[in-house]
Amino acid sequence: MAKRIEAKNLNIYYSKFLAVSEVNFTIAPRSVTAFIGPSGCGKSTVLRTINRMHEVIAGAHVQGDVLLDGENIYGSAVDPVDVRRTIGMVFQRPNPFPTMSIYDNVVAGLKLQSGRIKKVELDDTVEKSLRGANLWEEVKDRLGKPGAGLSGGQQQRLCIARAIAVEPQVLLMDEPCSALDPISTLAIEDLIQSLKEKYTIVIVTHNMQQAARVSERTAFFNLAGVGKPGQLVEIDDTQKIFSNPSEQRTEDYISGRFG
Amino acid sequence: MTDQESRDREHARARAEREATHGSDTPDDYANADPNGVGPIPSSSALTTPDPADATISGSGVGAFGGRGKVRIGDKVFRYLTAGAGMFVCILITLVAVFLLAKAIPSIANDKVNFFTSRTWLVSGSTLQFGIVDLLWTTVLSSVFAMLLAVPVAIGIALFITQYAPRQLARPVAFVVDLLAAIPSIVYGVFGITVFAPKLHGIIDFLNRYLGWIPLFKKQISDPGTVFAGGIILAIMILPIITAIAREVFERTPRENVEAAWALGATRWEMVRLSVLPYGKPGVISGAMLGLGRALGETIAITLILVAPPSGAPFSPSLFYGGETFASKIANAAAEFNNPTQTGAYIAAGLVLFVLTFAVNAAARIVVNRRREFS
Repeated sequence: MAKRIEAKNLNIYYSKFLAVSEVNFTIAPRSVTAFIGPSGCGKSTVLRTINRMHEVIAGAHVQGDVLLDGENIYGSAVDPVDVRRTIGMVFQRPNPFPTMSIYDNVVAGLKLQSGRIKKVELDDTVEKSLRGANLWEEVKDRLGKPGAGLSGGQQQRLCIARAIAVEPQVLLMDEPCSALDPISTLAIEDLIQSLKEKYTIVIVTHNMQQAARVSERTAFFNLAGVGKPGQLVEIDDTQKIFSNPSEQRTEDYISGRFG
Repeated sequence: MTDQESRDREHARARAEREATHGSDTPDDYANADPNGVGPIPSSSALTTPDPADATISGSGVGAFGGRGKVRIGDKVFRYLTAGAGMFVCILITLVAVFLLAKAIPSIANDKVNFFTSRTWLVSGSTLQFGIVDLLWTTVLSSVFAMLLAVPVAIGIALFITQYAPRQLARPVAFVVDLLAAIPSIVYGVFGITVFAPKLHGIIDFLNRYLGWIPLFKKQISDPGTVFAGGIILAIMILPIITAIAREVFERTPRENVEAAWALGATRWEMVRLSVLPYGKPGVISGAMLGLGRALGETIAITLILVAPPSGAPFSPSLFYGGETFASKIANAAAEFNNPTQTGAYIAAGLVLFVLTFAVNAAARIVVNRRREFS
């Protein structure tokens, strides 16, 4: 069920401002790819073009193609709503729906997509998704309690459960651990390792150790220069990026000489 | 005017909350940050960085940030100013209540019929006979009817302005709705009785024909001055305040909640249902209650529109009937406030209106607070 992602000549705009230029990459199914780079270089922006979340912002638009198993998600006949239903996303700050219980949060996406579903099926999905997100044991006795009452790390895992409840093809994670303590971070990282067996995962992170720990492939983004758009400097095996990158700029960043 | 009041109320509440947190946090903060009167930041950084400036500060050892007991004049003045402003409102409302009670109690004591259940209102003769049940019914019926009409429209307008309309259109629409609040209520009243109410015959006949078996929709008079007409005019009058509050809360829906819905593949309406409406619900409820409070107390428009039924006419719960509200009753009698017992009867009616409005606002607070766990 996991799918391959390809970006071809992707130029990303906010109104007239070109934020990221000429991005090309291929991400294999059932792998974890990390996006790293200094703040403001456009890695989150690129991530948000993969599920067409970028255009939620007024004036934001994209040129070029993003292919999901060969199918262009920016094709003229494609409904962005359908794209977002096949590609799950987890955000920097945990964002469970504050007025909903844990249970309702998990099935929120499912209810959008399938309308009326039998209670038994919902129950199954809730348990499966929460187990998948490694949260079941902690919340199984209080599924009716508000999701916002959980700790930050638990909320983030709840958001992951919500994202995987609809069985997406791809899971995008935008700095999912940056608001969490080290123990919760470890829990999420373990979770990513088990999720990659089923999903194609792309994770944006500021933490290079994290990129090295969880990903097989790493993409390094940087600004082309002061006042110039962001660009993909290189994408390669994580091992290689962190030991012997092809580009000098990547090495400078990795070794902490700038950024 | 009412808009301003609501804003003031918001501010007062925010201020109270700020004071509450401030009051409880401040001592802890000082205790944690400054246990020995030496700032923890300079002393720890002195361990790592041999910076001479840092060393001087930590070396001095006498609270570089001031002692824990130091009081700043500005803080003190501001504190008393805000406390004074808060107290002023409480004192004012107490005085109003005391005034109403003092004037009303003697008349209620001399009332020869039950004040709450009687339908008679004879206060000009030697014996006082007055009861409020008719007034209460007409007041509540017209106001609740107005609120039920206004709230869905207000939510619709607010959603259109905040979620659907392009920016160039949203501003003018919001402005026009706000303009509704600028129309004086006497203008609403004159418009209502001369232009609007006579045009309602068709709707009233239609509803009477198909729903007339429900007492609420049974046509009772052919005069256009019905509760139905008054309620619709009231709905237009309270529309701007409910819309303004709904618009403000919808606009403030946290970005992350909105994106959570988008990312799950929600359509725009589903996003509104998942994120905007739940977030805005308490605000919309308070807005509706503020509107209801305004409708309950609205005087001149309703006085002009409603036709008072002849004394002794049988009670009718219908929307298609005239009547008098607390406010219109008092306004109609304003010329006759010449002896204290007679005036007291009207003030007693005013007291009930006061309590009613107070109860509505309190109820709104309870509704808003009850689901706080989920917000």
